[in-house]
Amino acid sequence: MASNLNHRMRRYTLKGLHFFGLFSAMMVLCVPGLWIVLNSFRPTVEIMAKPPVWIPNELNLDHYRAMFSGIGEGGVPVLTYFANSLVISVTSTVIAILIGMAGGYAFARYKFNFKGGMFVGLMVTRAVPGVALSLPLFILFARIGIIDTHFGLILAYVALNIPFTIWLIDGFFRQVPPELAEAAEIDGCTRWQAFWRVEFPVARAGIASAGIFAFLTSWNEYALASQLTRSTTSKTMPVGLLDFTSEFTLNWGGMCALAVLMIIPALILTFLVQKHLIAGLTFGGVKG
Amino acid sequence: MAQVHLRDVVKKYGPLEVVHSINLDIADGEFVVLVGPSGCGKSTTLRMVAGLEGISGGEVQIGGRVVNDLPPRERNISMVFQNYALYPHMTVRENLGFSLKIAKQSQAEIDKAVDEAAEILSLTPLLDRKPGALSGGQRQRVAMGRAIVRHPEVFLFDEPLSNLDAKLRTQMRVEIKKLHQKLKSTIIYVTHDQVEAMTLADRIVIMRDGHIEQVGTPLDVFENPVNTFVGTFIGSPPMNLLDGVVKGNELEFADGTRLPVPPGYAIQDGQAVTFGVRADNIMPVGHALPRGEHMAEVEMAVDLTEPLGTETLLFATLAGTEVQAKMLNPRPVQSGERMTFQIMLDKCHLFDAETGASLRK
Repeated sequence: MASNLNHRMRRYTLKGLHFFGLFSAMMVLCVPGLWIVLNSFRPTVEIMAKPPVWIPNELNLDHYRAMFSGIGEGGVPVLTYFANSLVISVTSTVIAILIGMAGGYAFARYKFNFKGGMFVGLMVTRAVPGVALSLPLFILFARIGIIDTHFGLILAYVALNIPFTIWLIDGFFRQVPPELAEAAEIDGCTRWQAFWRVEFPVARAGIASAGIFAFLTSWNEYALASQLTRSTTSKTMPVGLLDFTSEFTLNWGGMCALAVLMIIPALILTFLVQKHLIAGLTFGGVKG
Repeated sequence: MAQVHLRDVVKKYGPLEVVHSINLDIADGEFVVLVGPSGCGKSTTLRMVAGLEGISGGEVQIGGRVVNDLPPRERNISMVFQNYALYPHMTVRENLGFSLKIAKQSQAEIDKAVDEAAEILSLTPLLDRKPGALSGGQRQRVAMGRAIVRHPEVFLFDEPLSNLDAKLRTQMRVEIKKLHQKLKSTIIYVTHDQVEAMTLADRIVIMRDGHIEQVGTPLDVFENPVNTFVGTFIGSPPMNLLDGVVKGNELEFADGTRLPVPPGYAIQDGQAVTFGVRADNIMPVGHALPRGEHMAEVEMAVDLTEPLGTETLLFATLAGTEVQAKMLNPRPVQSGERMTFQIMLDKCHLFDAETGASLRK
């Protein structure tokens, strides 16, 4: 009996420690996010208070109200930034996915000269930090006059995302047995139909996850965007955050409010495709 | 009408030729099995008929049409793959109806054809499942259903049973044979399993290294192998082969053992030959079939036994070579026991020692 009790005690203790460990880890991960959300809803005085106020005394929408109000009253062109971000991220993601699908499929299915070298080449481009390219890119874009345009930023993001989408989608197509397309061709499909009706739906989960990764990269990108955009015609939301800084002050509350607006679409998208995302990252259930 | 003709068909990958000028005529409604060890070109040949591999030379005709440059969809064939290749994102019903949907048939026609095929293969209760929720044997049947739903001219099977366990394989073998009897369509079936080949085929095509070694009915290739390769490949256990020299009316083996020459072979005195005898034709006296016309007796020590129930396989040494013999109405045999075996010479074979070709007159 005693040993039974001992084991039970030990199991409960381990379980307790387990929860404590998970709780600590989640706290480290979640607190900054929570802090941003919290700060967007409370007065600047409370944000700046030392020692920090953990439990807010007052919650209001002042920062949001100010943000959406006119220039000069603490307002920033949020909707324009949001629209810029959306247009640039969606367009660059769609293009990167289309090219990634073509490239990934080619790498997964066909043999061609210098295939290995090209693949490594694509990966090597990932090793170069984007910031390092910002100056040459700036000079180049300035010369051809696409600084501060949607097109310029879309071009940069497409280039940034393509190696990654090709690499990811190649992996997913590799796991689709070639016999599926062959069976479809025998069943009467053209090569094109076999791809769209059989191989694409089977690899859809993987392609969706590549899509969301590409979207989030573009949506959150700051370093390149801060160089290649100038005005409201093309500034994206991460760059827009800088509008809250002035020579001597930082409007933390406003910044947090804009950050929350930035997080929301990404969060919604992630929830929408999360089923695909998880299925995509834990592929392999396709056998059969 | 769907005869299939292969005329001097060649397959090359770059400079490497893997199928060398194959000729084969398959009659309408015939069940032909391509069999051979892995890498012999049988699957490649099948895939050339299917249109999944380009044809490097020669001509493939299906139903009187040259199909060399036609894509698979225009060849009016269907194929069952080794790994089934079911569409994992579709239900069984959608899998079966896919080809008809692509052909833009009406939903009513599709439903009718799918239900009919499901009925034949007893898949009706599984129609709304996805392939992932099926067992191996069920997937196999869905793959066959997908093939028959379209009523193609020719069925192609690429090692369809090799992913199944032994018991299921035997069952599916029977189902495939029944299906052929019901549909009466032309079937080309690829396997490396000679038992499958023997049991299913109207005609067997035995391939090796991209060549056709022999074409014939199962009994014909079993009884009259054209060379030692066919002799050992077809039949289980494989044919015993012993090297010897013709001395008058006798064969002399390396250790001096002598046997009478089997009747019906063109040989010369002093010729080096390979003597072939199947386990079925070398049996211990008292445990053998009734005596034939030409018999010989040898005494051998039994090294090992494999009891199979109705018969026991005996491993013994004859003229320095291990041979397998069969014992009917078996009794327990001790290792090392010396027994007298009778050899049915009428059923024995002589091959050229160098080329391995049969010396039958």
